[in-house]
Amino acid sequence: MSRAIDLSKLDPILTRHEGQKEALISVLQEVQGEFGYVPEEAIERIADALKLFPSQIYGVVTFYAQFYLTPRGRNSIRACRGTACHVRGARSVLRAVEQTLGIKEGETTDDLKFSLETVACLGTCFLAPVMMVNRRYYGKLVPHRVENILKQCD
Amino acid sequence: MEEITLSLNGSKVTGRPGITILDLAQQNGIHIPTLCHDPHLTPVGACRVCLVENEATGALLASCVTPIAPGMVINTESPKALEARRTVVELLLASHPDSCIICDKGNRCQLRKIASDLEIGQVRFSKTRHYYPIEDTNPFLERDLSKCILCGKCIRGCQELQGAGAIDYAYRGFDSKPATSLEVPLEQSSCEFCGLCVSLCPTGALSEKMRKYKGRETKRVRTICPFCGCGCGIYLELRDQEVIGVSADAENPVNRISLCVKGRYGYDFINHEDRLKKPLIRKNGKLEEASWEEALDLVASKLEQIRGESGADSIACLSSAKSTNEENYLLQKFTRAVIRTNNIDHCARLCHSVTVAGLATSFGSGAMTNSIAEIEDADVILITGSNTTETHPIIALRVRRAVMKGAKLIVIDPRKIDIIKYATLWLRQNPGTDVAWLNGLMHIIIEEGLWDKDYVETRTEKFEALRETVKKYTPDFVEAISGIPEDRLREAAHIYASGERATILFAMGITQHTTGTDNVKSIANLAMLCGNVGIESGGVNPLRGQNNVQGACDMGALPNLLPGYQGVSDEKAVKRFEEAWGKKLPTNPGLTVVEMMRAAEEGKIRAMYIMGENPMISDPDLKHVEAALKKLDFLVVQDIFLTETAQLAHVVLPSVTFAEKEGTFTNTERMVQRIREAIEPIGEAKPDWQIICQLASRMGYEMNYEHPSQIMEEIAKLTPIYGGIYYDRLEKEGLQWPCPNREHPGTRYLHKDRFTRGLGLFQAVEYIPPAETPDEDYPYILSTGRVLYHYHTGSMTRRCQGLAEIYPEALAEINPSDARDLGVEDGEMVRIASRRGEVEVKAKVTERAPKGVVFMNFHFNEAAVNMLTNPALDPVGKIPEYKVCAVRVEKA
Repeated sequence: MSRAIDLSKLDPILTRHEGQKEALISVLQEVQGEFGYVPEEAIERIADALKLFPSQIYGVVTFYAQFYLTPRGRNSIRACRGTACHVRGARSVLRAVEQTLGIKEGETTDDLKFSLETVACLGTCFLAPVMMVNRRYYGKLVPHRVENILKQCD
Repeated sequence: MEEITLSLNGSKVTGRPGITILDLAQQNGIHIPTLCHDPHLTPVGACRVCLVENEATGALLASCVTPIAPGMVINTESPKALEARRTVVELLLASHPDSCIICDKGNRCQLRKIASDLEIGQVRFSKTRHYYPIEDTNPFLERDLSKCILCGKCIRGCQELQGAGAIDYAYRGFDSKPATSLEVPLEQSSCEFCGLCVSLCPTGALSEKMRKYKGRETKRVRTICPFCGCGCGIYLELRDQEVIGVSADAENPVNRISLCVKGRYGYDFINHEDRLKKPLIRKNGKLEEASWEEALDLVASKLEQIRGESGADSIACLSSAKSTNEENYLLQKFTRAVIRTNNIDHCARLCHSVTVAGLATSFGSGAMTNSIAEIEDADVILITGSNTTETHPIIALRVRRAVMKGAKLIVIDPRKIDIIKYATLWLRQNPGTDVAWLNGLMHIIIEEGLWDKDYVETRTEKFEALRETVKKYTPDFVEAISGIPEDRLREAAHIYASGERATILFAMGITQHTTGTDNVKSIANLAMLCGNVGIESGGVNPLRGQNNVQGACDMGALPNLLPGYQGVSDEKAVKRFEEAWGKKLPTNPGLTVVEMMRAAEEGKIRAMYIMGENPMISDPDLKHVEAALKKLDFLVVQDIFLTETAQLAHVVLPSVTFAEKEGTFTNTERMVQRIREAIEPIGEAKPDWQIICQLASRMGYEMNYEHPSQIMEEIAKLTPIYGGIYYDRLEKEGLQWPCPNREHPGTRYLHKDRFTRGLGLFQAVEYIPPAETPDEDYPYILSTGRVLYHYHTGSMTRRCQGLAEIYPEALAEINPSDARDLGVEDGEMVRIASRRGEVEVKAKVTERAPKGVVFMNFHFNEAAVNMLTNPALDPVGKIPEYKVCAVRVEKA
């Protein structure tokens, strides 16, 4: 799949934060908001604008779980593997997602529609087993509901 | 501030507020182990090995980051502290491989040493290792991160001291490791291979490839780096007669613990198999080995014969900016008193002759006004015509650190050089238009009333003439000439004029023009206009290229000046030298480098004596240089290798490197420093000073010195600026001239309160275009210079394995839009031709070169850029215009 990216989309973000070292994390969040991930090609540009070393940007990107260096699906699925969810059948829910999409946790579908990851807790144990798709929670899940939920995504 | 009293291991001790417990312990001779601490780096308290107990509270404190406080009862060896320390070290060992027996770090490993000091025999924790592939794709360092203890010294050194920032911590927790951005190999990152990280690494995680399995050094000798004019202090590390490594002399104020890639890894030329070991004499057209007796007899008799036939002025000598002060002094003495001509010059002619000429008239003294260390405290730095990062790496570190401390940096350079990354403002002038933009800056500063009126009135003269001249250099007039937009020029004027301590750094980009002297005078004008000369951290600072080019000038290896810049026609000075040397001296100025070559081609110079120079690569218009040297009846070359010039010689005399002799070098900031003999001369090679002495005796003039220190005593007696410089004073550290007497502490910055010449002289100059400008046949401008990894004509650095590997061939930088026009891709061969010759060279397509300009370095004889350059000279300094000539470029 071609990964031609339009780096000019960085300009407004970087102009806004020119020379602000301390704004690195917000800049990375904005960049990720724009591209869905932090493109490798953007690191040098961000470093120049913020007067940081590229290695420092890479350090922060790899430190935080929230930043990605590879393209992500348009829809992000977070399946909970916390204790409460686990005892209520989270594993079979996760398996259903994996089977439906043909990917494993940590992966992205080829059409860049979905990324799947697991988390330790979503803080809504009373809804266990839970998964989040983008900003929406789906609770008290059973495996056969999964396909339907995913169908509703663009 | 009042000192703080506290208890340390049972004794009452006091210390300055603000110091750490570790500092206090060290001041009191108490050892606390550390792994992540280095006095040159910001303390981070990461390794916890320096834990001590405050028995007043029971707290364990990381002594490297905890300031002392009243009432503390510190015990560095309490059972609790020791137990904690042991646990920390055991945890480190648990994730460290057990490869000590084959690790090249051996007994130099700090982790191993501390573990042993703490009597750790067994590790209580289960082993959790991280194995990473060993990275060794670059020629200099090997990274085995399995042995990394994450102390972060390499990262801090790279970011804080070197300012390269090639690495930082990546990932988190157990996965943390130092990494380059995107984890590319070091050679693809911003790493400059200064080797600081290796020297800081406490374990075997980072090691030097070149000294692998060479064992520990048996001797260390303190001396000075032989490459650029920075003059860094180094230790040569020896195993018997072989130099196996170099480390920084942290006591030296120039560099502290920093060095550049050449200084740290450019040492293997010393023991190189190509070294000349015996004199060579040309017999039947071939150079054959001969004895010293035979060679010196031949040189003496031929020089006497030619002098007898055609007069002393038919002989010329080139001295060497790489040799010591003592050797330069002796060669000019030999030329003047033994041969009896003033035909002596050296390659300062080709780099800063116009600086000496220009600044001597403006200020009365033609050297860096200020010291290297002072740059760090400037608030405005203007760099023009100096690719500082590559040509003076250690000075560039000061600039980077000044910027990190808040200084504003203006760079005015046609090329997008590395230091621009740190610049507040970068102006890209058309090559050869420096007087125009300098006058433009002064126009704006005067027009807007930003100049230092008090200073101009009390410290300078001839200001009105300057004001008149710069009147017409309005920003739009300047823009038309230089291509610098009006608003940017104004911004630069505002920044420079706003500086309390504004310093100007310049080098060959300013001097190597037919208007070189004018360029230098204009820089002096600008600095005086804003009152920046004679103050700390300000000034006008020409960065000198070679290790001892300052010294070679100081020693009078110049056709018009005796040692200490005393004129050859200055009757009083000449008389003093005549009395001391016991000979009548010539008083007519001799020929300069390029003039010598012309005279040789015309047959007026019949013999040349060249010590440690390689004009067959370094001089402009090589076709003519070759014709000139071949025309000579007699050519003697004294060098460490059979250089391109030596290959043409009738007699080649083998001399020794800096590692095999005693002497002094004077660095770019006028600091005279000692070099020391580390190994015995290789083969039959001799130090230059001994060769000159033996030759002089053969020609009937006794030069008897047992040691270079005796030569320095003679220099001190005859050279007022070196009047107080004696070897016994140089043992611990260098002295900066002027140092007129034994009690004088040396001079850190010049022209304080009063210029050397009295009042500073404004010299109004008009803009004159370069001698050769692009036209239809030769539409591009060619500019020349150096790269980080090589030095001068490459005779030393190209014989250094690592340097030759990382930068193996000449490259011509071409702007991408020009490359498109020419149909040339990056890495393809191009043919570059000027009116004087042509070369083929690989193209490097890069934004570094401006449109219409091709840049080449002059280190490679296979693509000798000086086949192309223009020998047109500056009328005063007689410097050739290396920086601008017209060329044609085509795909080869």
